[in-house]
Amino acid sequence: MSGIISYGAYVPYYRLTRKAMGGGKGERAVASHDEDSVSMSVEAGRGALASSPAIDTLIFATNSAPYAEKLNATAICAALDLPTQVNTIELANNTRMGLAALLLGADLGKAGRTSLVCAGDLVIGAPGGARERDSGDAAVAFVTGPEENAIARVIGRASATTEVLDVWRLPTDRFARQWEERFGIEVLGPVSLDTAQRALADANVAPEALSTVILDATNSRDVAGIPRALGLKPEQVADMLAGSVGRSGVAHAGLVLAKTFDQAQPGDKILVLSTADGCDAVVLEVSDKIAQGRPARSVDQWLASSNNEVAYNTYLKWREILPFEPPRRPDPNRPAAPIMKRNESWKYAFYGSRCSKCGQGHLPPQRVCLKCRSRDEMVAERFADASCKITTYTLDHLAYSLQPPVVSTVVDFDCGGRLACELADVDPGEVAIGDELEMTFRRFYTGQGVHNYFWKARPQR
Amino acid sequence: MASNGIKDQVAIVGMGCTPFGEHWDRDAADMLIDAASDAYASAGVDPADVDAYWLGTFASGISGMVFSEALKTPYKPVTRLENMCATGSEAIRNAAYAVASGAYDLVMAVGVEKLKDGGYSGLVVPGPDGDGTESSMTAPAMFSLLAPAYCEKYGVGEGELKDVLSRIAWKNHVAGAKNPKAQFRKEVSLEKICKSPRVAGMFGVFDCSGVSDGSAAAILCRAEDAYKYTDKPIFLKALSIAAGPNEGFISDEYDFTTFQEVVVSAQDAYKQAGITNPREEISMAEVHDCFTATELVLMEDMGFSERGEGWKDVMEGRFDGDGAQPVNPDGGLKSFGHPIGASGLRMMYEMWLQLRGEAGERQIKDPKLGLTHNLGGQPGRCVSFISIVGRELG
Repeated sequence: MSGIISYGAYVPYYRLTRKAMGGGKGERAVASHDEDSVSMSVEAGRGALASSPAIDTLIFATNSAPYAEKLNATAICAALDLPTQVNTIELANNTRMGLAALLLGADLGKAGRTSLVCAGDLVIGAPGGARERDSGDAAVAFVTGPEENAIARVIGRASATTEVLDVWRLPTDRFARQWEERFGIEVLGPVSLDTAQRALADANVAPEALSTVILDATNSRDVAGIPRALGLKPEQVADMLAGSVGRSGVAHAGLVLAKTFDQAQPGDKILVLSTADGCDAVVLEVSDKIAQGRPARSVDQWLASSNNEVAYNTYLKWREILPFEPPRRPDPNRPAAPIMKRNESWKYAFYGSRCSKCGQGHLPPQRVCLKCRSRDEMVAERFADASCKITTYTLDHLAYSLQPPVVSTVVDFDCGGRLACELADVDPGEVAIGDELEMTFRRFYTGQGVHNYFWKARPQR
Repeated sequence: MASNGIKDQVAIVGMGCTPFGEHWDRDAADMLIDAASDAYASAGVDPADVDAYWLGTFASGISGMVFSEALKTPYKPVTRLENMCATGSEAIRNAAYAVASGAYDLVMAVGVEKLKDGGYSGLVVPGPDGDGTESSMTAPAMFSLLAPAYCEKYGVGEGELKDVLSRIAWKNHVAGAKNPKAQFRKEVSLEKICKSPRVAGMFGVFDCSGVSDGSAAAILCRAEDAYKYTDKPIFLKALSIAAGPNEGFISDEYDFTTFQEVVVSAQDAYKQAGITNPREEISMAEVHDCFTATELVLMEDMGFSERGEGWKDVMEGRFDGDGAQPVNPDGGLKSFGHPIGASGLRMMYEMWLQLRGEAGERQIKDPKLGLTHNLGGQPGRCVSFISIVGRELG
């Protein structure tokens, strides 16, 4: 047997109200201009790793891979400072792959392996369409492994594979297409119900014994009949966050599971189901270790820390749907491969150095100490989770950005060390010297076909 | 081990300077030809008489051949050098040491920059390949960090400091209006300066120096030969440069109210020149007013004002063209313009005119010692150059 050992979630700071999109209730989560499925997965992964044993496998699922060719999980691996010996697996092409990745991680747990499973998605729909309106951007991460450490055990599961033209996108297409919804419901509705019933039978759990049922599908109506068919009470069916996040692709079933874990009690039984080109379903039983596997920030905390004043045209600019007048500044240079490799621990894992003779911190890492001039006496130190404060700042109206003005700061880490860095997720009018910040992994820009990832600071969320 | 200096060993005997501005019709070679030709004529020498050249350009070409191919100098040594915005001053410094050493008798320091072909706003700094983690701050953003830090440290209100900065820009525009070679030759009202659109932090457009094209050149020889070329040479009293270890972005002790590089280079220059009270002994200065707040902080770093008092001296007009210690009488980077590689030599060109009594409408009364200050980089992380020049030996 195996299960989930810890988890973490990430919902980006910005929200787009459906009113701003042209009508409707609630809002959807939108990744900022400097985020993608990889950077959001790193944020979720940081939460999951805070209370986990050593990782030997990294599984990444996304439907919005930053690179179509080149493993995206390697950047996650490097940014999370996982050992280079880990086995990496990447799943894609369908929103069910988030839950599939979690099940794969659980399966590997039976073989004694400990996996970090990340699922992140940035879902872009054609402007004006339902997919744009009802989707969201988010990420979730789970550490899976042998049962003894689990906060939730896998007690039953079932799968189905359905060849059907429901939702699809060509590699060259910007937006997914969808066949007439009625058809999808006819085909995938019965498949979903059957899978749910088989998972419950596998777990030997009656529907009424479930504390929470999470029903995720490319079209919510595919699974809308399940509660009635299983005789579930309304309080057993999880809120799918349609009004606050939107369906966040591969991350979504996991995100709602994370929210469920935030409040779960030992002994709770949870059915998670995800439908897309078939169905995966799993029944989990929460263990008495649940409190130990919870991340520092709950899903509700991520949801509460938000800004829904994003204008629709700003969002379209961020997603490169709407062309715009660029600043009269050069396009950013692509980072160079050998330098990124040499400086990997700095660029991705955010290691600086500290002088072992006098204690002076240095970011980026240096060989010669500024303070005592000692040479090659440095100790590597990771600053990714260190807190810092604004020492001084400026609003740069001239710098290249998709969200001007750039808020440029000089920050001092509480543990000692200084960095000049950009702020993310901030209202320029509300920045002040002394503000407390935390570091966040971001995709700064894409230059000449190369994504440039590094760290920014953001107000504590 | 010491910085001994070469006080009174080297003289400038000829100079040339093009107008600075947006020269859409001329390239770097054209401007080099114009500035060098003026310098040759000024010293009354033939190009064949000049033994060696130091060419400063930040990014308008590589190698000494930028100059030798433009001027067709016959197989003379030409060294191209670069030290960020202090590039032009670095050309003077290296050329001066070459004649002082006896290696050559007559040399030229020349600087040039062609910035306006790029089509961008502000300065674009070409750098080596990177890992993408480098700070993306623009130049005005970097220097704008000085303003809130100054306010905080000395208890000056932001509105009050904005008036001080505007007055610095106003002063330098008044000076530029009197300078036929300046890029901006118009006085600008304090109100217009103060209300100009924000660029970074407290800086509006008028807090920033001009982005321009231009070139300037100087001919140098040993002091004892100076009167062969001119009856009014100017003599080098001190040359100093300091390159910082990036204290500002490593040490949490740095507070963005000073340039340690300027403090060190000023102290070294004063020692070389035998100056003990720069506020009283320096008649005038051309300083690196890339942004208004830079000029304010420089006054304190160079000892022209007490710490925390520079803003009062600014408001009292001490550094005005007709003040007790004129600063940037030619309009400075602000109005004369800032073609990087040429700026250090342009500063020296003003010393040349003023000390020889040839500055026309903006002539300062009876100046004896002048100072040029040239800075490359940003607060906390820069190179700083200081020279002191005089019209008399001793």
